Amino acid sequence: MGHDAVDRERLHARIEEWRRRPMRLHDEVITSAHGAGGKASQALLNSVVFPAFEMTGAAMDGAVLQVTAKHDLVMTTDSFVVTPRQFPGGSIASLAVNGTVNDLAVMGATPRWLSVAFVLEEGLPIDEFRDTVAEIALAATEAGVRVVTGDTKVVGRGAADGLYVTTTGIGIRQDGIKLGPGEVQPGDVVLVSGNIGDHGIAVIQARGELDLVSDVRSDCAALHTLVGDLLASGAEVRWMRDPTRGGVASSMNELAMDAELGVRLREENLPVSRTVNGVCELLGLDPLYVANEGKLLAVVSPETADKALTALKHHELGRNSAVIGVVTSENSGIVVLETLFGGTRVVDMLVGDPLPRIC
Amino acid sequence: MCVGIPAMIVSINNDKAFSAIVDVEGVRREANIALLADPADPLREGDWVLLHVGFAMSKLDEAEAKSTLEFIRALGSVYDEEVDALRGQDSA
Amino acid sequence: MSQFNDFRDPRAASKVLKRITELADGQPHRKFMEICGGHTHSIYRHGLEELLPQNVELVHGPGCPVCVIPMGRIDDAIHIANQPNVTFCCFGDMLRVPGGKSNLLEARARGADIRVVYSPMDVLTIAEREPERDVVFLAVGFETTTPSTAVTVLEAKRRKLSNYFVMSNHIRIIPAIKAILDSKDLDLDGFIGPGHVGTVIGNHPYAFVASDYEKPLVTAGFEPLDILESVMRLLAQKADGRCEVENQYTRAVRDAGNPVAIDVIDKVFTVRPHFEWRGLGSIEHSALMFRDEFAEFDAERRYAVPGVQIADPKACQCGEVLRGAIRPWECKVFGTACTPETPIGTCMVSSEGACAAYYNYGRFNKSPRIPVTAV
Repeated sequence: MGHDAVDRERLHARIEEWRRRPMRLHDEVITSAHGAGGKASQALLNSVVFPAFEMTGAAMDGAVLQVTAKHDLVMTTDSFVVTPRQFPGGSIASLAVNGTVNDLAVMGATPRWLSVAFVLEEGLPIDEFRDTVAEIALAATEAGVRVVTGDTKVVGRGAADGLYVTTTGIGIRQDGIKLGPGEVQPGDVVLVSGNIGDHGIAVIQARGELDLVSDVRSDCAALHTLVGDLLASGAEVRWMRDPTRGGVASSMNELAMDAELGVRLREENLPVSRTVNGVCELLGLDPLYVANEGKLLAVVSPETADKALTALKHHELGRNSAVIGVVTSENSGIVVLETLFGGTRVVDMLVGDPLPRIC
Repeated sequence: MCVGIPAMIVSINNDKAFSAIVDVEGVRREANIALLADPADPLREGDWVLLHVGFAMSKLDEAEAKSTLEFIRALGSVYDEEVDALRGQDSA
Repeated sequence: MSQFNDFRDPRAASKVLKRITELADGQPHRKFMEICGGHTHSIYRHGLEELLPQNVELVHGPGCPVCVIPMGRIDDAIHIANQPNVTFCCFGDMLRVPGGKSNLLEARARGADIRVVYSPMDVLTIAEREPERDVVFLAVGFETTTPSTAVTVLEAKRRKLSNYFVMSNHIRIIPAIKAILDSKDLDLDGFIGPGHVGTVIGNHPYAFVASDYEKPLVTAGFEPLDILESVMRLLAQKADGRCEVENQYTRAVRDAGNPVAIDVIDKVFTVRPHFEWRGLGSIEHSALMFRDEFAEFDAERRYAVPGVQIADPKACQCGEVLRGAIRPWECKVFGTACTPETPIGTCMVSSEGACAAYYNYGRFNKSPRIPVTAV
């Protein structure tokens, strides 16, 4: 009788041991099991996510961030749903990191921490998920941020276009930095850090529907060191933005409306690469409305505009920086473009999608 | 539908009828050249065409382009010469 | 090659503007209509209008084939797009053109398989790639675009495609110009003629404008220098007391046009007895439909479209804008009830429409025009 009890105890202990062993990931594609929160989820996280971000399981709930006094915390969040997920010059992974890093940077914050939440479609190859996670980790390292927490969900086939990512970023900003539409004054100068329209055109091209071949690459990049150089230059920076969806035109319209001032841009000063121009001509798009993912718009005082431009041009991401316009007191809320011929036209807010124009 | 842009023929596709690759400022696309099929004067690499919705509509005449531009650029100088001539007459 | 981009040279433009100012000096107020939507777009995009002297006015005509499609035809298109198994292809401009109650963009959001294409040939590719779908192309445009549709249809016949169809809304420029010239409230001194239509039909079909209606016409290219040079030539004609049809766009337009293109249109299409134009009413012999030999590709024969004629909304003054009778901002609903976000009429939807071009590009400048100081 005693012998039986000991055997059973040993058996139970062994079973407990087996149960505690982490499940190994053998699957090739994401299945709904991976989203269920159980062993399959654990296997996915243990095998793919945690090693990439040097995290432990505890991180999935939340992360404690240590800050000191005399600093403001800046927080931002963004979702990334781009298709195709890979394109020349970037991917959903690099966008997910740089997009959020840049939102923090243009607020004058040093980006520090990132959370990453995935929505995965059933059937997504795990190798692709693994590569995406690795790319995010790499981009994060290059941007000087740590991925400290996150989440994964799985949805049924047909939803999520394969993979959606949401990143939330937190940065630290020193007290006393004053940026925003309220700081902008008539006479202030508008600068852009380089060629516009690269990203949007690269994605259109990668979609392959319009059958174009060109060498346009997305400008996807982290701007925090460029911003750092600008702020350190001594230039009086009033407002910054990274002109993503809707392009420079949309950001300038937001500036004009928020600041209740006018913006006057000069067409001949807009830096646009020859091939982006070519694609835009072909499709009837306006580069001013095409997305960028590695460009900085900055409004600075006229006295320090030269200093600002020099600082931007010194940085490898800002070589093609240019003064593209001024802030005006007239035409409040409106963005005006001086054409090559000295005529003027209004650059309005985008209505709907920029549809390739045939007419 | 009037978006027609100048495009240069980069290569004529021998495997596909009426097909060519054209270049617009460094961007390349396949174009249909059926509308410019003239056995007496076939399209060649280096020719410039007007591209509209993926079709070559017209062969652009470089000599005409040049002469139009020259005419326009000469506008001011003809006028200036006339004015100078008038001034010359007045002072004579 | 930069040679063709030189037609945007600002320095040359200032010379033309100087000449325009000299010619206009002393002339009565001149109104020239640019017929082609592409010209309207270029004028606004480059801000050319305000560079002209006060007494030279540009009036925007009906040459926007997207603008003139009546609401009923859009409803017909939506009806086809909503049929089971249909993949409906169209140019991007068509998506937001208002039908009676809805538009193609909304139809897509509600589940219709509607795809934007750049070229009619792309539709053939889709049809071959997806043989189980019925692929329908919404063909729109003047003679500039019609040959491309015709070539594509001929190719479809050659490839023996049985899942490819076209809804033809191709229209003809000459009846449109004639309709404007015949309108009672016409008050125009000349025309900037359609350059790209001209590459197909040639320059001589426009001769009647000068000979029968005594208005000068200059067929123009689309770059700023082309348009300015054409205005200059019109003013010169007026100054000299001439009335001729000239060709400014000689690098692309030949007098006889493109015979291959003309032939291919005639091979595939025949003229409809009449066709409804938004804002202009019914115009005889102004549109094209498939010849019987190509009936197999005709979407209108395959799908019983409602064919309802929907009257333009009462508030809509698109017709008057299209005829040049009023300027965009003179329309009672311009900028208020009718905006690019909430268009009542199609003049506001297509970026070539006079109202949209004006709203997007010229809005704030609408009152006193700054006198030209050409350098």
